Amino acid sequence: MKFIRPIIVFIGILILWQLIVTLTDVAPFILPSPIEVLTTATERVNILIWHAKITIIEILLGLIFGTAFGVMSALVMSYYRPARSWLLPVLVVTQAIPVFALAPILVLWLGYGLLPKVVMATLIIYFPVTAAFYDGLRRTETGWLDLAQTMGATKYTILRRIRLPAAMPAFASGLRVAAAVAPIGAVVGEWVGSSAGLGYYMLLMNGQVQTDAMFAALFVLALVATTIYFIIDALLSRAISWQSESDPSHTT
Amino acid sequence: MHDKYLIKNKSIKLNSNLKPSIGLKVTNANLAYKNNVVFNNLSADIVGGQWTCILGPSGVGKSTLLRMIAGLEQTDNSKTITTSDGFNPTKFISWMSQQDLLLPWLSVSQNISLGNKLRKEPIDYTYINSLLVEVGLDQRSESLPGTLSGGQRQRVALARTLMEGRPVVLMDEPFSAIDAITRSRLQELASSLLQGRTVLHVTHDPLEALRLGHNIHILTGRPAHLGHVIHPPGKTPRDPTKPELRNLHLEILDQLSYASEESSRAGIQ
Repeated sequence: MKFIRPIIVFIGILILWQLIVTLTDVAPFILPSPIEVLTTATERVNILIWHAKITIIEILLGLIFGTAFGVMSALVMSYYRPARSWLLPVLVVTQAIPVFALAPILVLWLGYGLLPKVVMATLIIYFPVTAAFYDGLRRTETGWLDLAQTMGATKYTILRRIRLPAAMPAFASGLRVAAAVAPIGAVVGEWVGSSAGLGYYMLLMNGQVQTDAMFAALFVLALVATTIYFIIDALLSRAISWQSESDPSHTT
Repeated sequence: MHDKYLIKNKSIKLNSNLKPSIGLKVTNANLAYKNNVVFNNLSADIVGGQWTCILGPSGVGKSTLLRMIAGLEQTDNSKTITTSDGFNPTKFISWMSQQDLLLPWLSVSQNISLGNKLRKEPIDYTYINSLLVEVGLDQRSESLPGTLSGGQRQRVALARTLMEGRPVVLMDEPFSAIDAITRSRLQELASSLLQGRTVLHVTHDPLEALRLGHNIHILTGRPAHLGHVIHPPGKTPRDPTKPELRNLHLEILDQLSYASEESSRAGIQ
């Protein structure tokens, strides 16, 4: 039932779009009608799937590496004080330099294959994961730590049994942001230099003024990105189902 | 080495007197935050096997005293706090705070065995079950703390404290955030389950102290010191509204109001 409203909104947008095309008589290479896009998409479904696979692999690898590096950095910064003053600036710099600016250099160094896109996605994911997880590790309820100390816990068991699980909600927020921005990294990489992937295909079709195919690729990309996001969101929600939520719009 | 004092889970019979009982000795303890001296040469003797209550105005350092004994506050000298026979008390105490401090991602029974998990010790599940029965939560062993009421959560915390099997229990106002009816039931429960252990119980409620304490001290002043001990007559848990306790209640109230005036003069509150 909860999917009905988004579907209504989606259909509403399609109708509006079709109306604009019909009423303004805009040229198809500027704005193709949704029907044209759908026709192109079904005609080229195989090639779209092939490119989508590449992009999905880039996004997933980026998510895996970005999360792994992020988790490690957060742990090192939490437990090894000198690392904080070394790693924090690096962390900020990775965010200060836009990936868009790094993309050409990465392509220059790492070639036109998967690698530079994975690196780009990793870079874009690294920050939200590290920042959120680091924050989560530092904000453990002090009472729990006191209790653990009186129970004779070691630093390691406190990390394993208390700090880590307590940091999960914060980590999940970081990972949700990461899942939402990961496709940006991959697609920017594809735009700058590649021979495969949805971003590459969009650029190619743009060059050939096949705007309908561009839109079709864009929709597949949106579909891929939202699917990845919702899968991760569902997994995370299950993992931290103990966390009670409150609805800010709810008044008592 | 002094394992004879550690109570083995299996050998415990709830409600039975634990032998031998261990008292606590605080000798010339000093504690200060920056320039704020909380304790200066504070000494105290906590009688083994009895329930001792500490009353005092808020901010006087009751919780800090308990935390210091629990090893959560650094004192200037490790010898200041010992068991009555001179050992470091950390292995003999368990600490119960005003918040139940249940971990929200663990079930009731997992919360009860938290100490064993943290120390990587084997867990005696039959003992957990008997504790759950004692605190009346045997139906809720798999529930998450978020689904329990405040009183139930505090009962889980009590079971977790008992699971630790330590001869000394430090309680920091564990019943204060609970409604009156539930509180009085919890007090009775705690009183019967902790019978024979050494309990040091910090509270702001004179009636609670009269109900549960074999000994009552009042902590006053800055730096704080313990007043002379009051021994209310009769077996615990008492009915604090009984006429013979009335005068004691008034006396305690008198001392407390004097103490709180004293501390407001010292600018604590």
